[in-house]
Amino acid sequence: MTTATGTTRATGAVGAAHTRLEGLAKVTGQARYAGEVPFAELAHGWIVVSTVARGRVRSVDDASVLKMPGVLSVLHHGNAPRLQEGFVGSFGPDPVAEILQRDRVPHIGWPVALVVAETSEQAREAAEALVVHYDTEAHDVGFSAEHSARYTPEASAMGPAVTEKGDLETQLAASDVVVDERYTTPEQHHNAMEPHAAMARWDNGRLEVVDSTQGTLATATDLANLFSLDPASVHVRSEHIGGGFGSKALARAHNVLAVMATTVIGRPVRVVLTRRQMFSLIGYRSPTAQRVRLGAGADGRLRAFDHDGVSLTSTLTEFVEASSAFGRAMYDAEAHRTANHVVPLDVPTPTFMRAPGEAPGSFALESAFDELAEKCGLDPIELRARNEPAVGPVTGLPFASNELLTCFREGARRFGWDSRDPRPGVRRDGRWLVGTGTAAATFPAGAAPSTSAVTAEADGTFTVRINAADVGTGARTALGQVAADGLGVPLERIRVRIGDSDLGQAWLSGGSMGTRSWAWAVMIAVDELRERLALGADIPPEGITVRSDSAEAIGALAEKERHSYGAQFAEVAVDTSTGEVRVRRMLGIFAAGTIVNPLTARSQFVGGMTWGLSMALHEEAIRDHASGALANGDLAGYHFAANADVPVIEADWVDDPDPDDPVGIKGIGEIGIVGAAAAIANAVWHATGVRHRDLPIRPDRVLGAATAPTGGSRA
Amino acid sequence: MREFGYERAYDVSGAVALLGADPEARYLGGGTNLVDLMKTGVERPALLVDVTQLPLDGIEVTADGGLRVGATVTNSDLAAHPEVRLRYPALAQAVLAGASGQLRNMATVGGNLLQRTRCGYFTDRARPCNKRTPGSGCAALEGEHHNHAILGASAHCVATHPSDMAVALAAFDAVVTYETGDGPGELALADFYLPVGDTPHRETALPPGALITHITLPPAPVAAHSRYRKVRERASYAFAIGSVAAALDVRDGVVREVRLAYGAVASRPWRAHAAERALTGGPATAAAFAAAADAELAAAEPLSDNGYKVPLVRNLTVTLLTELTEEAAR
Repeated sequence: MTTATGTTRATGAVGAAHTRLEGLAKVTGQARYAGEVPFAELAHGWIVVSTVARGRVRSVDDASVLKMPGVLSVLHHGNAPRLQEGFVGSFGPDPVAEILQRDRVPHIGWPVALVVAETSEQAREAAEALVVHYDTEAHDVGFSAEHSARYTPEASAMGPAVTEKGDLETQLAASDVVVDERYTTPEQHHNAMEPHAAMARWDNGRLEVVDSTQGTLATATDLANLFSLDPASVHVRSEHIGGGFGSKALARAHNVLAVMATTVIGRPVRVVLTRRQMFSLIGYRSPTAQRVRLGAGADGRLRAFDHDGVSLTSTLTEFVEASSAFGRAMYDAEAHRTANHVVPLDVPTPTFMRAPGEAPGSFALESAFDELAEKCGLDPIELRARNEPAVGPVTGLPFASNELLTCFREGARRFGWDSRDPRPGVRRDGRWLVGTGTAAATFPAGAAPSTSAVTAEADGTFTVRINAADVGTGARTALGQVAADGLGVPLERIRVRIGDSDLGQAWLSGGSMGTRSWAWAVMIAVDELRERLALGADIPPEGITVRSDSAEAIGALAEKERHSYGAQFAEVAVDTSTGEVRVRRMLGIFAAGTIVNPLTARSQFVGGMTWGLSMALHEEAIRDHASGALANGDLAGYHFAANADVPVIEADWVDDPDPDDPVGIKGIGEIGIVGAAAAIANAVWHATGVRHRDLPIRPDRVLGAATAPTGGSRA
Repeated sequence: MREFGYERAYDVSGAVALLGADPEARYLGGGTNLVDLMKTGVERPALLVDVTQLPLDGIEVTADGGLRVGATVTNSDLAAHPEVRLRYPALAQAVLAGASGQLRNMATVGGNLLQRTRCGYFTDRARPCNKRTPGSGCAALEGEHHNHAILGASAHCVATHPSDMAVALAAFDAVVTYETGDGPGELALADFYLPVGDTPHRETALPPGALITHITLPPAPVAAHSRYRKVRERASYAFAIGSVAAALDVRDGVVREVRLAYGAVASRPWRAHAAERALTGGPATAAAFAAAADAELAAAEPLSDNGYKVPLVRNLTVTLLTELTEEAAR
């Protein structure tokens, strides 16, 4: 399970369920989030966003607003501090961070001013009174796969835009069975429970920012570069985070404007986003339009594989929702092609949202596989067994491990899959038609270099310092468990310090790589510390500290296909007379490395699966073409699964320690959502005999399908 | 947020006097809709008159055997009341189908009737909306309107009324009693909501400054055999995309009396008189139920994206009346 680091399992902390170290503080309200940390002399900023989708700010009538009670300042493009032009952030060029720098309005909901006042209420009232004049231009927010502005990008953060081998058309022509279908997923939003919030102040020449961020160092570095500051003079803290899901790491309106405002007025300033503002300022998941072509022999073995995905981006910058990347390591074929395209529109910039690419891509591809299984007369699990790749289909690299079929077999056994009647539309329970479905899940398993420091204190306790972020998933606790095991001491003797840019370089909470990356650095330090303590030296009052950097160890990893896997199962009930779909139960079995804390890991899996249910049946941001605004940009209109929608969801895992990781970790943050929507859509087909290729599976679509061959007409 | 005055009233005449005829004043019940609208700036009252302490929180049986419900009775208390559950079960079911437990604990009966549409263009002040800003236009006609009206709408507004409770009240011929500075008055629910026409901002026939004090349910034996079914886009905590309140008295396979009202199809709860006429005295069969729904929905004028409501409401009508027929046979 472990390599040269020779970890012992003296305490058995890793693998044992443990409540969050900060759990009591959170449930008793003692834990402070970024919007709650008190500061003397605090002023409050309220963001004013554009009400037009494209154009220029002609003027900002700030004179009357400046006379309103409590108002301290109104910042806009005409007077705001200058930021670095052509800013390059932690993830590349990032014009989204260049706020109040020019008069151009790239989309509706773009920040055009910040009102700063003594109280939040005064700032809000003044912000609502502020009149902004625009020169409007015609806008285009209409996404479609065939849009004339569509192009194929260069490589993105998600890998190459296109991969291909073999002759697709030849293999399709030679196939006994062909599936050629189009699938769509709508615009979806990650509105974390805790809104984005930041407090900024200057303290003895140093900029201090209390933020809600998945990576304090990324935020600090970006703010330093934006404001042309010495990186050492920027200090970002983020002790507790109420969810991020990919939306909280970058320099964005809340933290950029807080820094601007404190610089201008010389007092601490807090900026908190509203729910509605979150729908335009923090990114979201692009809608996708996908086409999947599968060609197979009568035995179900693939000859042709083609997955083509289109997503949108803003006119500011390119973000690619790489839906077709999902199948690159999953299925092989004689001819294998994946491609992603983007359409730039006058809309807010999309971003990473839990399982970017994999979430929508798995819906299309795993639905198409179910259709192929139907056409081949094969059980869907058997179809996947017949198409298990020997090596990476695109890379040709060996797999570090691939336990997909183990997940399917264990899941099938526990779900009762073997007794399933494959015929669709034949099981009735009162007004409900009942069906079951399954789908595969995968997510890359990676690690990124990080540093840490572990101190043996004179009193016999230990302090772990690593710039990790606990987005609510229990990272602090998991790292304590890892250190406890490595040191052979009880968890109670471990103190974990995270969420502070002064702690140094470490990977952020993202890409399902947080716990693994941080634990690796901690293990290196812990191993060395344990060896030094074994020599029996006295511990001085300042303790003994060992620092580590995992860059070398991670750099030495052999190139392989490294992934987590999962098998999703769902049972649904459908009333075709009303269009209602209810999920009755879900089961997810995952092969995702060593599970450090089963309690919090299960929560992450179940949370991801719940989100997949929500994606399948509920979530859809609807853009009003006339205005360019969302017609349902708040939590009253943007429906996600409510408690009554969420049935018994069971998540479990098979043994799958990563052979090259010191703790065996792979990462579990995102795989829970992958494939879940496809399993539900496949179950709806099994219940009703109707394929739903457009998400969400709304009542009007189910009703429409019951009376017409196509789904609902709503765009 | 705009600063506003707040006064608490302890008797009805005091409440009416506090409000006066000030168009910038509003009565505050549970606040579950009004306060939301104040947060988004759709409502900017200068004065709130809190009516929750008025002695209007009782439910009593009337001399003729109906029910008289005070305007400040909470939705939760209305739904839980034994007389409501026994004699008007569809009303209890309708109330429980709305909102969430927390909201029902706050929301009042009077406020429920007066809640505003949840049309996204109404609640977004940056968009045109004839209901919010008369003469500004209707963005829903050509925009997002999948949950908008199919009956009784106009080219000026296609918004729906969001209440579940009011649908059951419409089926049971409820009467709204109110108080004004000039004395009390009453309106049948059928006359309470105004036609949309070219004045969608004028929603009710209540005189300016009127305070709803009671809702009276006339005696209706048929109501004891009633049901409410709501379809929404998730299992709970969402407004209806279609709903039906139905009551049925059927003997020997013949419909003696029927009540039908539809929700989420119009600017008001939609009493299905045409369907009732088609059914009364006729056979209680699925085919007759479907034909009756078709008779009612013949007047439907769906927009491009809400045509599904026609089969939805039709199917719900058939299902509920069939269930009530089967129940009567037991």
